[in-house]
Amino acid sequence: MSKVLVIAEHDGNLLNGSTARAVACASQLGLAAVDVVVLASDGSAVAEQAAKLTGVSTVVLVQNPVNENAVAALLAPQIEALASDYSHVFAPSTTFGKDLMPRVAAHLGVPQISDIMRVESATVFDRPVYAGNAVITVEAPEGLVLGTVRTASYPAVTQDGAATIETREVSVTLPSHTRYEGLKTSGGGDRPDLQAAAKVVSGGRGVGSEENFSVIYGLADKLGAGVGASRAAVDAGFIPNDHQVGQTGKIIAPELYMAFGISGAIQHLAGIKDAGTIVAVNKDADAPIFEVADYGLVGDLFEVIEELEKAL
Amino acid sequence: MKILVGVKRVVDYNVRIQVKADGSGVATDGVKMSMNPFDEIAVEEALRIKEAGKADEVIAVTIGPKVCQEQLRTALAMGADRAIHVETDDEIQPLTGARILKALADKEEPKIVLLGKQAIDDDNNQTAQMLGGLSHWPQATFASEVVIEGDTALVTREIDSGLETLSVDLPAVISVDLRLNEPRYVKLPNIMKAKRKPIETLTLADLNVEVAPSVTVLKTSAPAKREAGIKVESVEELVIILKEKGLIE
Repeated sequence: MSKVLVIAEHDGNLLNGSTARAVACASQLGLAAVDVVVLASDGSAVAEQAAKLTGVSTVVLVQNPVNENAVAALLAPQIEALASDYSHVFAPSTTFGKDLMPRVAAHLGVPQISDIMRVESATVFDRPVYAGNAVITVEAPEGLVLGTVRTASYPAVTQDGAATIETREVSVTLPSHTRYEGLKTSGGGDRPDLQAAAKVVSGGRGVGSEENFSVIYGLADKLGAGVGASRAAVDAGFIPNDHQVGQTGKIIAPELYMAFGISGAIQHLAGIKDAGTIVAVNKDADAPIFEVADYGLVGDLFEVIEELEKAL
Repeated sequence: MKILVGVKRVVDYNVRIQVKADGSGVATDGVKMSMNPFDEIAVEEALRIKEAGKADEVIAVTIGPKVCQEQLRTALAMGADRAIHVETDDEIQPLTGARILKALADKEEPKIVLLGKQAIDDDNNQTAQMLGGLSHWPQATFASEVVIEGDTALVTREIDSGLETLSVDLPAVISVDLRLNEPRYVKLPNIMKAKRKPIETLTLADLNVEVAPSVTVLKTSAPAKREAGIKVESVEELVIILKEKGLIE
């Protein structure tokens, strides 16, 4: 029987929003069932959230203390053990899925289709190459189809589901050669997650300094928006890496994207193509960002933000 | 200790690529080619580890047609000690690439394989993880800091939620991200010196590597284009528009 297994991304308590987007893609395969696997140390809360995702038949819960943190070398053998029941295995194309899935693919001896942006059939998919400046249509060979889902291409499924939760024991030998040492988050506080936010306010090199970035945070908070940045701003140390938007950072699809002091390198534009409305503010009237912006304003970003704050 | 570092020849990152009208691919004739920028960072890191006295030899590896030796020469000019060219005119997908690297790792027995996290042409982001899987070695992907301490590496990884640190036993595969280092400029005398450094040429058959199951590219198309919008004259005008569209209150 053809069915797809979607690997859930989570932090032990909350299901990451990327999972609902991967489920949306998996649902388009037209298979007999969409299952989700939660690999966790204590995963019942996450499994319950996954069970609510519309279209999911079964949530497979694999609990093991080693799954406390998502370490690819430890998760991969467990997924390999589960894969034999499925025709497809998908994961979100976040750093979690990108790290994990090729390792699974290698063990199973199958190729991986990265960043699926459109499902043509259960074996034919579109995916971006060259930072999204070309799209290739690829066909998977016979056998297990393994892929990661470009989450910006799929709106999350709703939460009207009531899937069965099934606890599974997976007994495989796990290596001891990889140890999780810790995670340093940038502490975004209550700001919405960049990849899930409906609005994103982003700053680039033009913001000028780490201190000046406070105006970007200020406007974002007023709008209830997430905060993004260009690679240049992250490289300059204005803002931590997890805010980077672009080809090698986060690919996002907010309803509103506001870019301040971002020139618009193709690598950055690759991360915002799916945004609903793009607003760009830049001193340089010839900045490439204006070629994709729905609304462009040439001017000093600090003055513009000050005026915007007054108008809101 | 040896370090094996992967080098891929790709369309230069500054080139605005064009999709061929017949859908058969992107135009590469007469287009500037360079070392994949992530691989340059990998080469640089390998050299820094060696310069810190923690490795004895840096071996640059590429897979592809003869012309890829240009990129190996660049790696040698940066400071790699020698190079291996696995020559093939066929398109090599990540799983086959990982099999080749595994065969080379078996032969050379490096303690670290350093690879770019992705190539900027196919954007697959797979080869390092596949090599980790095939060799049953630890993998530390998207590295922004690498510290070698005896038989382990402490690697800081750039992930969506922040900076994660993994400790891995060597041998290990490490894939590098943009902020790991800034690659050095190649100096002219080093380009001359690099011409005398050895490049060993091997084939897939020499390494007993079979091509892995592959995906078939059916067509290449141009992406849906975003049209440029309008320029507004004032913040006031912008606010009116965004309110009308219900994007702000």
